[in-house]
Amino acid sequence: MSLKRKILELQKKREKVLQGGGEKAIEKQVAMGKMTARERIITLLDENSFHEYDLFVEHEARDFNMDKKILHGDGVIIGTGTIFGAPICIYAQDFTVAGGSLGLMHARKITKIMDHAMKMRVPIIGINDSGGARIQEGVNSLAGYGEIFYRNTTASGVIPQISVILGPCAGGAVYSPALTDFVFVVDKISKMFITGPEVIKTVLGEEISMEDLGGARVHSEITGNAHFYAESEIECFDKIKELITYIPWNNGQKARPFEPKDPKPEFKIDEIVPGNPKEPYDVRDVIRGITDGSEFFEIQELWARNIVIGFGRINGETVGFVCNQPLVLAGVLDVDCSDKAARFIRYCDAFNIPIVTLVDLPGYLPGVDQEHAGVIRHGAKVLYAYSEATVPKITVILRKAYGGGYIAMNSRHLNADFVFAWPGAEIAVMGPEGAANIIFRKEIMSAKDPEKMRKQKVKEYKQKFANPYVAAAKGYVDSVIEPKETRKLLLHAIEVSKNKVDRKPIKKHGIPPF
Amino acid sequence: MVAKSKSDKKETASQNKGEMQKMRFNTFVVDGDKYRTLLTEKFKNRKKWEYPDERKIYSEIPGTIIKIHVEEGQEVKEGDLMMILEAMKMKNKILFTSDGVVKKIHIKESEKIPKGKLIMELK
Repeated sequence: MSLKRKILELQKKREKVLQGGGEKAIEKQVAMGKMTARERIITLLDENSFHEYDLFVEHEARDFNMDKKILHGDGVIIGTGTIFGAPICIYAQDFTVAGGSLGLMHARKITKIMDHAMKMRVPIIGINDSGGARIQEGVNSLAGYGEIFYRNTTASGVIPQISVILGPCAGGAVYSPALTDFVFVVDKISKMFITGPEVIKTVLGEEISMEDLGGARVHSEITGNAHFYAESEIECFDKIKELITYIPWNNGQKARPFEPKDPKPEFKIDEIVPGNPKEPYDVRDVIRGITDGSEFFEIQELWARNIVIGFGRINGETVGFVCNQPLVLAGVLDVDCSDKAARFIRYCDAFNIPIVTLVDLPGYLPGVDQEHAGVIRHGAKVLYAYSEATVPKITVILRKAYGGGYIAMNSRHLNADFVFAWPGAEIAVMGPEGAANIIFRKEIMSAKDPEKMRKQKVKEYKQKFANPYVAAAKGYVDSVIEPKETRKLLLHAIEVSKNKVDRKPIKKHGIPPF
Repeated sequence: MVAKSKSDKKETASQNKGEMQKMRFNTFVVDGDKYRTLLTEKFKNRKKWEYPDERKIYSEIPGTIIKIHVEEGQEVKEGDLMMILEAMKMKNKILFTSDGVVKKIHIKESEKIPKGKLIMELK
């Protein structure tokens, strides 16, 4: 055979496999409002950057007539490409081929591209759209899942791992996304659960739809399993691309710098926070008053909204923001938001991203449900994550910082590098009302007019403690600053800490409270 | 290396301010101080704590009642068999955890019950 004919043969073979599950299956996929696996990869990656591996892989299953079945690519597409020039390893399960079910060779393709990503030290993106284990392949399929989980864990904190749920992702399959750094979901398309509605109905007699059990909104608002929610696949891909610009390729690098920009003039940082510490405002406006171009890329926007986390840039460099949100539940720390903050702090620490903490909180959320849900254990995660982090840690106390909440929010005592406070900051054990009632109980109770006395004592306490100067006098706050100086000082702090060295004692790993 | 920046489609500060004025805030108390803020659905729907009443017996698992072994008015002792409940594909013996007299039975045989349902009251 001449080389020309061999090339023709290759082209024919390719063409056949590129059809995936065939026309009918593709029609079904489109009818479900979904893109095909290959379309997804091509849309997400830079134009003409995708190179596919293992196109001709075939399964080896023999039982249940499987030897007669041809599954193109064994239901998964893997390869490399770029996003805004950043190298990426990617895999996408192909639902048109045997429902994207995971068999041994399917799993081998995924683990191969994961190993490749680890060797090349580049991010890995996994697009999940699979009916689950390929039952015909029995325990081999389970082995496949396990080998993926093991690699997810090994790669954690070394290369960024992104999971995109664009179809069902049920049973054991959910644990790969759960082990990765960021999970993207799309309205009406993503479905994640351990046991589906059918099983729940037979075993427990509870009837629930897939959407209500594990749809995109459920995981974005209730469980916190998802980090980014999108209305469409296109919007989802745009978000992934944006995320990629904020993070480094691996833990040995920093995120690529951007051209520095000033914040937009409409975000007037000294006009956002009300003087009265009991009045709400949106802390995201303060963030936008600080960041380059007033851009802020929020993570887990819909879950545990009493804390705000996400990326922004200061002087072109990526920083991670962790901020109490007085708009929701007065910005208290609770079980969910502690979990949310702690994980993000560890992400930033693992990937050399400086952390800026904006503080304005009344403390931990009181209540039996919180105590019984383990707010002690979960709240401890925040302390652990901040104390453990060795990236530059900068705190700005915007307003109130009471009690255990003050300590937890990257205080000097947890080894913060810079602690700034605005002049309206109140750093105290608790709010004036509660404190006055305890300290001056006797005076208030024995007064002729207890209410008048109480008010007077609250005022006294406010004057004495509700300010940043008591903490500043002890050096717990480095400087009391004007709001409009914030960006300049953050820029300075990041510049000064470029060569920060903070070595912890050598250990295998700590035992964080999770 | 300087990468390209994406244009920001986010809302402006003034738009945000307008939204804030439309919001309906709740009063939220922490340590005696009252804050004006939004509440989350999760917070609003949180389970209110009630002191457990040993006289009221609730199901701890959903399932099907196979057989009830007591009648109303019957005297029972701790450890006595109350019923057989099929749950998670197993027939479970449910025993009384305290002495008393069965005041009221709220379930029927072959009934499917959810978790947290009031099964019986003792006196």
